[in-house]
Amino acid sequence: MRTAFLETLFELAKADERIVFLTGDLGFSVIEPFAEALPKQFVNAGVAEQNMTAIAAGMALSGKIALTYSIANFPTLRCLEHIRNDVCYHEANVKIVAVGGGFAYGALGASHHATEELGVMRMMPGMTVVAPADPIEARLATRAIVAHPGPCYIRLGKAGESNVHEGPIDFQLGRAIQVRDGKDVTLISTGGMLKTAVGVARRLAERGVEVRVLSMHTLKPLDTEAVLAAARDTGAVFTLEQHSVIGGLGSAVAEVLAEAPDIKVKFKRIGLPSAFSPRVGSQQYLEEQNGLDEAGVLRVVEGVLGR
Amino acid sequence: MSISTSPAAAELARRIRRHSVLMTSRANASHIGSSLSMADLLAILYSEFLRFDPQHPDWPERDRFILSKGHGCAALYAVLAETGYFPVERLETFYQDGSPLAGHATHKDVAGVEVSTGSLGHGLSLGTGMALAGKRDGKSHRVWVMVSDGECDEGSTWEPALFAPHHRLDNLVAIVDYNKIQSFGTVKEVLDLEPLADKWRAFGWGVREIDGHDLTAIREAFAAVPFVPQRPSCIVAHTIKGKGVGYMENQLLWHYRAPRGADLETALREIGEEELR
Repeated sequence: MRTAFLETLFELAKADERIVFLTGDLGFSVIEPFAEALPKQFVNAGVAEQNMTAIAAGMALSGKIALTYSIANFPTLRCLEHIRNDVCYHEANVKIVAVGGGFAYGALGASHHATEELGVMRMMPGMTVVAPADPIEARLATRAIVAHPGPCYIRLGKAGESNVHEGPIDFQLGRAIQVRDGKDVTLISTGGMLKTAVGVARRLAERGVEVRVLSMHTLKPLDTEAVLAAARDTGAVFTLEQHSVIGGLGSAVAEVLAEAPDIKVKFKRIGLPSAFSPRVGSQQYLEEQNGLDEAGVLRVVEGVLGR
Repeated sequence: MSISTSPAAAELARRIRRHSVLMTSRANASHIGSSLSMADLLAILYSEFLRFDPQHPDWPERDRFILSKGHGCAALYAVLAETGYFPVERLETFYQDGSPLAGHATHKDVAGVEVSTGSLGHGLSLGTGMALAGKRDGKSHRVWVMVSDGECDEGSTWEPALFAPHHRLDNLVAIVDYNKIQSFGTVKEVLDLEPLADKWRAFGWGVREIDGHDLTAIREAFAAVPFVPQRPSCIVAHTIKGKGVGYMENQLLWHYRAPRGADLETALREIGEEELR
């Protein structure tokens, strides 16, 4: 996803000199082509995320489309008040980009586990929050947030993920993408968990359970229509995210379902507990440890469905 | 070289002080001392240096002023009203229900306020971003940022302090309203900043120390920026908290208390209310 983002941004920036790309001193071996080709549109802010964020806001208030870039929690939590006051309150045209969402940097330790930031960003007034599922979505999401006026946050995975979508998709901010349809249960995923959702759906299909899978790449504004339709049509909704079950996709969907009149639905949030991971490890290892691999998700779904 | 002090700036300073005292009194608001300490700096800046058009607050070529010490906003609103951004009568709504004139500098529906502040340690970064955008676009406007001394406790003040010289932002001016009193005591007691001018110098700024109440000294300093070619400028303005009202001067109490009753009368008399008429 990182490559998809950078290639797309490079392309956009060549055509629009308002775009400025600020990094918090990260991007070795991948950002150099941008920096060398477009020096007037590139800023290395150094290891200073508060300053980077406010400088982006100041540049945006001078007519720029400013992107801040760093990894894990650094462009979000480290500089949260600068995002709230300087970016959001001024409705500044700033796009916050984090590489390494969830456990992408799992072995690097808790400091690098980005597992609460979707919820925190979702609470920021006026912030659009996006977590694309694969490189195809990441390319389209990058175009969409740059075209969208106002504050946006985009959570990317890392480099080298495979595509989950098999063909062209219609990507619009705030509109879920239905990856497959089914009448028995809906799996709603955000970010890279789409791959797991699709895998689980295939396994359930082998057992005669027809699964609808939604890629909820935009957490805010949430596609409430797709959530309500899923509840009505399938009667069972599961959310899937590499994020705390507090504040992220699970919370967002729960809020919609809880307030919906006349809907009876089985519902379960599948995500991370509000806790630090006691061990480090690869993304795959930590997914297994937290029940976010296909087998773990399958167990929860089958348990709730009573099969 | 000495430039004569124009009556306009002195008059504007007096008006800023008078409005600030009346606004904080009416609202029973804090921070009158912080408004009074920078009144002379604001008066010279707005009457003689800042390029702006109150009829077109978004004029792209305007100079930007950012009040990073947002708690001193009574003085900012006052100078904006006096320079034509909005009617002076609106100052009476400071702190009131439904008013846009919040107790910390707020841009929403207040023409002339570039950015909202109130949390310390934001304004210099915002101004640095504006200065960088101006440089990259080949613009000639300047960005002036007023920071407080207490605000220099914030690490986020020193991030742009490091960044701006590196990027040769000679279109950026930081003014430190060094009134020596912060929220819970004197700067020396709470977290000593000395040697303050040397700190800015060491970060790569062109620095000048002035008496922040000497209009001629202020004017000469403002006229001389950038002090060093291709460097941002820092003016360490030695000021007196509560300047202009004897019983408030250098008193921590007047970071908090609003002048009422006889205190208000004394304050207005000392500021010279009748001279405004």
